Amino acid sequence: MALIVVEVMLKPEILDPQGQAVASALPRLGFNFAKSVRQGKRFEIEVEGTPTAEQLAQVEDAAHKLLSNPVIETYVVKVEG
Amino acid sequence: MSLDTVTNAQNNPDASQPWAELGLKEDEYARIKNILGRRPTSSELAMYSVMWSEHCSYKSSKVHLKQFGEKAPKSDALLVGIGENAGVVDIGQNYAVTFKIESHNHPSFVEPYQGAATGVGGIVRDILTMGARPIAVMDPLRFGLADAEDTRRVLPGIIAGVGGYGNCLGLPNIGGEVVFDETYAGNPLVNALCVGVMKHEDIKLAKAHGAGNLVVLFGAKTGGDGIGGVSVLASETFNAAKPTKRPSVQVGDPFAEKVLIECCLEIFHADLVVGIQDLGGAGLSCATSELASAGSGGMEIELEKVPLRDPSLSPEEILMSESQERMCAIVEPKHIKQFMAICKKWDVTATVIGEVTEGERLHISFNGELIVDVPPRTVAHDGPVYNRPIAKPAYVEERAKAVINIPMPTSAEDVKAAILKLIASPNIADKSWVTSQYDKYVQGNSVLAQPEDSGMIRIDEKTNLGVAISTDANARWSYLDPYEGAKLALAESMRNIATTGAKPLAVTNCLNFGSPEDPGVMWQFAETVRGLADACLELGLPVTGGNVSFYNQTGSVAILPTPVIGVLGVIQDVRKRTPMGINKSGSDLWLIGDVDSNMSGSEWAYLHGEIGNLSPKSDLAKEARLVDLLLEGQEIFEAAHDVSNGGLAATLVETVLKNKIGASVTLSDVAVALFSETPGRVLVAIDPNHTNEMVALAGKYQIAVNKIGTTGGDKLMINDTKLSITELSKAHTETFPKLFG
Repeated sequence: MALIVVEVMLKPEILDPQGQAVASALPRLGFNFAKSVRQGKRFEIEVEGTPTAEQLAQVEDAAHKLLSNPVIETYVVKVEG
Repeated sequence: MSLDTVTNAQNNPDASQPWAELGLKEDEYARIKNILGRRPTSSELAMYSVMWSEHCSYKSSKVHLKQFGEKAPKSDALLVGIGENAGVVDIGQNYAVTFKIESHNHPSFVEPYQGAATGVGGIVRDILTMGARPIAVMDPLRFGLADAEDTRRVLPGIIAGVGGYGNCLGLPNIGGEVVFDETYAGNPLVNALCVGVMKHEDIKLAKAHGAGNLVVLFGAKTGGDGIGGVSVLASETFNAAKPTKRPSVQVGDPFAEKVLIECCLEIFHADLVVGIQDLGGAGLSCATSELASAGSGGMEIELEKVPLRDPSLSPEEILMSESQERMCAIVEPKHIKQFMAICKKWDVTATVIGEVTEGERLHISFNGELIVDVPPRTVAHDGPVYNRPIAKPAYVEERAKAVINIPMPTSAEDVKAAILKLIASPNIADKSWVTSQYDKYVQGNSVLAQPEDSGMIRIDEKTNLGVAISTDANARWSYLDPYEGAKLALAESMRNIATTGAKPLAVTNCLNFGSPEDPGVMWQFAETVRGLADACLELGLPVTGGNVSFYNQTGSVAILPTPVIGVLGVIQDVRKRTPMGINKSGSDLWLIGDVDSNMSGSEWAYLHGEIGNLSPKSDLAKEARLVDLLLEGQEIFEAAHDVSNGGLAATLVETVLKNKIGASVTLSDVAVALFSETPGRVLVAIDPNHTNEMVALAGKYQIAVNKIGTTGGDKLMINDTKLSITELSKAHTETFPKLFG
């Protein structure tokens, strides 16, 4: 069994209100390490056996069409475990 | 990095500049050179290009729009007219309301959620800028065919964006429209309306006067949002590696806007600003040049002081950025400490970026180097004005002569099938799928909201004073006859206000059209403005402001001319408003107004692929009498509902379904009676004891009234056609969930 992971992030130039909110909350709790924070999302997709090239291509397609909004987001597809 | 300074522009007069890529025409570029007596710096070029764009300068529409001023009726209600961020209307009890509608069409096609969300954010800031607390929003929306693939992408995103932003702000969404037509495929219309309330003495204007007063930028930091076009300039000026291509998608942050609203209102309350302007399209270029131009003209800005989200922005990009949730205020030095303290309290970044000066020029420097030196009026107000060629398109006469043949049902079964088909069609079907995503009741002052004829908001909890707002357009009538179409849209919007029991006071508009470079489209536009101005004059309703959106077309196919007309009315006691739904059995149903057999532009014709030949003709004198009748008779109306889109069939079904109380009516020439959309009609329910009053009202206002039936039961009976409430409800409500999940 393997895990195909899709990580989606807002493009760097796009405003990220959630990330900003986290960044401004950190120092209030005494965490002073962050210069900025950007928040994304991660999809873990379980498949039987080792992922085939075809499966990865399909995930790539799904990432483009469903999991991300290519107008404002980028994604990477990788295999874990 | 090399900065294109004013000195540099003088020393290198022949440097080539990307004016064409920025959308300027050759003669416009020449005119800028003429105004400045030299070539513009790249920053000046950026400012002129964006401020002289169609969107900001109204260069194609200006010559027509001036009719709203020339033909303006005398009105005591208007406190602030066209030209400010939004018009302000007196509603009595020392309250003033401001309302305005704007388009955010193209951004919503590119990125539906953020486009629609920032559309709401922008109009809310316009209202806030007038000194008012925003109290409600409305969103007239138009899409391609409901079952088209792209509509499935665009519609859910737009609805979620409108809801997401408005709900986070805590603003009730009390109405609007959802209309489908294939011409809107690729050109969805997202029009956003906001209404705000203030006391008379709180009205704020966008003016910068008083030398020495400070220019303060506050709100969100400036990023590279919405400056796609200006990247051309940035790449000319800089050789250093830039981050990825600048986004033309602006992302809204409603929580930042909410804080900005509260911060502004506290600042207004303490009377700390001389003038204020929001940053919308064209960002700082627009705010600085408009503020300076409306004042004495002089202003100095130090651009490097603008707080940046992205430190790699060039001065040109800072000037152009359309980052959301920002405001610009003019503050007297003695108030600045208190101003900053309030911003700090709300955690709003505020920075003094310059000051008002004695001169008449807008100077902008970057790290001590002068990069902009212009007369602000030439940027903000003296843009190019075009008298675009106008030609009546051939289709108008062709349509006028067309013979139309639409099947009209006669037998009881056919009538039943026709009604079920009509009320399930996307334009008539129940819109709860959409409106349930909006918060209609937040703040606790919503009296009426979709699907009622108009949205109604209580203004004063003690006196129960309230306002009602409605938006309407019938683009198919406008297509057949834009002059009549505009008049009819205004009449319908006004009628909707009066139907709920409010007195119409003022008009706003959002005029959505194809390309102004097409003489046929320009004819549609000119006729629309002429019709609206004539109608406003005749009805005594002033236009308080509006918005024009051109270039809504795909290839050579323009959208249907879509003038969305908003009317605002006042009601002295919201507890006395008239709801649309039948609310008790045993009442009589009366139809006010006559019907004729013209099916042109009707939903029934559209369902048969027909648009018709001649638009109905408006009778504004009669519409005005109808308003008076509705207001005088309000006490006796238990329910009232306008007859418009979908004809009496849709009106009857909606009044029955609202509270699930049936009705039984008798109609002669049943198909025409049900499906014709003859304007100037309202269905009312009254107690049989009030028959004499009803007849007397009809006589007094010379409008035909007919008793068509009675209320009660669990079905809608039309002659011998029986429709159970269950089957009506199923047909009416299933469409949207089926289409959009």
